[in-house]
Amino acid sequence: MPLTKQNWAAIKTVVFILCLTPFLSLLIDGVNDQLGANPIETLHFGFGDWALRFLCIDLALTPIKIITGQSWPIRFRRMLGLFAFFYASLHLLVFVVLDLSLSWAALVDEVPKSPYILAGLVTYLLLSPLAATSTKAMQKHLGRHWLTLHRLVYVAAITALIHYFWLVKKDYSQPLLYASVVTLLFVIRVINYYRKLTTLR
Amino acid sequence: MLIKSQTEIASHNVTDRKVFESRRQFIKAATALSASAILPNQAQAQAGKYANVTASPYSIAVAATDREDVTNYTNYYEFSTNKQDSTVLARALTTSPWSIEVSGETEKPGVYHLEDILKDNPVEERIYRFRCVEAWSMVVPWVGFPLGAMLKRFKPTSKAKFVQFTTLYNPDIMVGQRSHVLEWPYVEGLRMDEAMHPLTILATGMYGDALPNQNGAPLRLIVPWKYGFKSIKAIVKIEFTEAMPATAWNKSAPGEYGFYANVNPDVPHPRWSQSRERVLGSSLFTPKRATEKFNGYGEQVASLYSGMDLTQFF
Repeated sequence: MPLTKQNWAAIKTVVFILCLTPFLSLLIDGVNDQLGANPIETLHFGFGDWALRFLCIDLALTPIKIITGQSWPIRFRRMLGLFAFFYASLHLLVFVVLDLSLSWAALVDEVPKSPYILAGLVTYLLLSPLAATSTKAMQKHLGRHWLTLHRLVYVAAITALIHYFWLVKKDYSQPLLYASVVTLLFVIRVINYYRKLTTLR
Repeated sequence: MLIKSQTEIASHNVTDRKVFESRRQFIKAATALSASAILPNQAQAQAGKYANVTASPYSIAVAATDREDVTNYTNYYEFSTNKQDSTVLARALTTSPWSIEVSGETEKPGVYHLEDILKDNPVEERIYRFRCVEAWSMVVPWVGFPLGAMLKRFKPTSKAKFVQFTTLYNPDIMVGQRSHVLEWPYVEGLRMDEAMHPLTILATGMYGDALPNQNGAPLRLIVPWKYGFKSIKAIVKIEFTEAMPATAWNKSAPGEYGFYANVNPDVPHPRWSQSRERVLGSSLFTPKRATEKFNGYGEQVASLYSGMDLTQFF
């Protein structure tokens, strides 16, 4: 039985609330003073982790479609992509407002000394136009350029991984895990691309 | 055995919960006040193992960080690279009995029981600022004794130019040692004059009580003007050497972690600034504190490095 428009609206609402739970959970912990010894770090890393996770989930939708032949995952692409941007925005906001305390002097001192911060800022700059052009109207307006522009997400995934690798002190297990996931998702796309080419021939 | 295990503590020695909580409230209130107005030693009064230790004049007059934060935020890679997980995992470590092997350029090499060492070395309280290379800091009321006084008893020979410390190696208990995140066992070292400096201590306790396992029980080094990774935990071996010891973090990333590792806001880590530090326990909107050269102990220790280029010997 095909799902109705109302069904999809309900499913999307549920997914939306699920995507919001990491934010709410950190917010509740914050209100209850449960963020540990270094609450700013907990918020900063928490939002950063979720930005990267949503980016990975978003990048997984097409590979899921390729493998399963189902097109429904694509329905969630815009929402999940925007959640990646939402968590990346919170991550940056915590850095600027809480970690740097909005101090220009601190920013000017810390950013040039930290290549990983630069990689993070580049990632955010790459994601911003994608979020800004995520509406249906913008999609129509940009036409075929829209797709070209949104390929920036692949670059953003790579700079996000560089950002993570560069900031880690010694234990690379986490960034390696995310790098493996992103690599796998890229490989599936590439294989699919070449398979399509050969079928067309 | 002189060292009492946790289970042997008589009930009259255990702090009443109400007293404990009111103390915490007091500390919280005290922290909120201007730090200069506080007598830190009074804030630490507690009915622990070292309840009545004398406060040392080497202490700084700054309110201590909440004990809860200090005991749940440790870099103890022998157990985990996660600062909270090490708290739980370190419970598996048995710290009594404990012995320390003394070797190298000394007239008195041998294996010494920790309790015998403690008999000869009366402890005192040292409230020090602890600055991690990761750009956070805390203020800890350590309980310990000067390292120099102890080292002198081992009669180092004239060839002894450095002291090397080694952490316990036991991957069955120290589960982090099963991964190769660092070269095990963890090794640290000091130049002889650094080791003999009166600020350098070996800690056996903190907050008036025994040292929790995750904070380096039963014996750890504390060198307050150096980054935290110099302050090696769970020491089982002390060796006097002629050559500069090859230390754990230095071996792992020589371009990032030097042998000296003196706190220095002017020498950034290759990947981040050391100009400021996040003070644990401060509010969400408190700006980071400006890091002081030698972690604020410059008056006492700067002369150890006169004539040295601290950018080169970082």
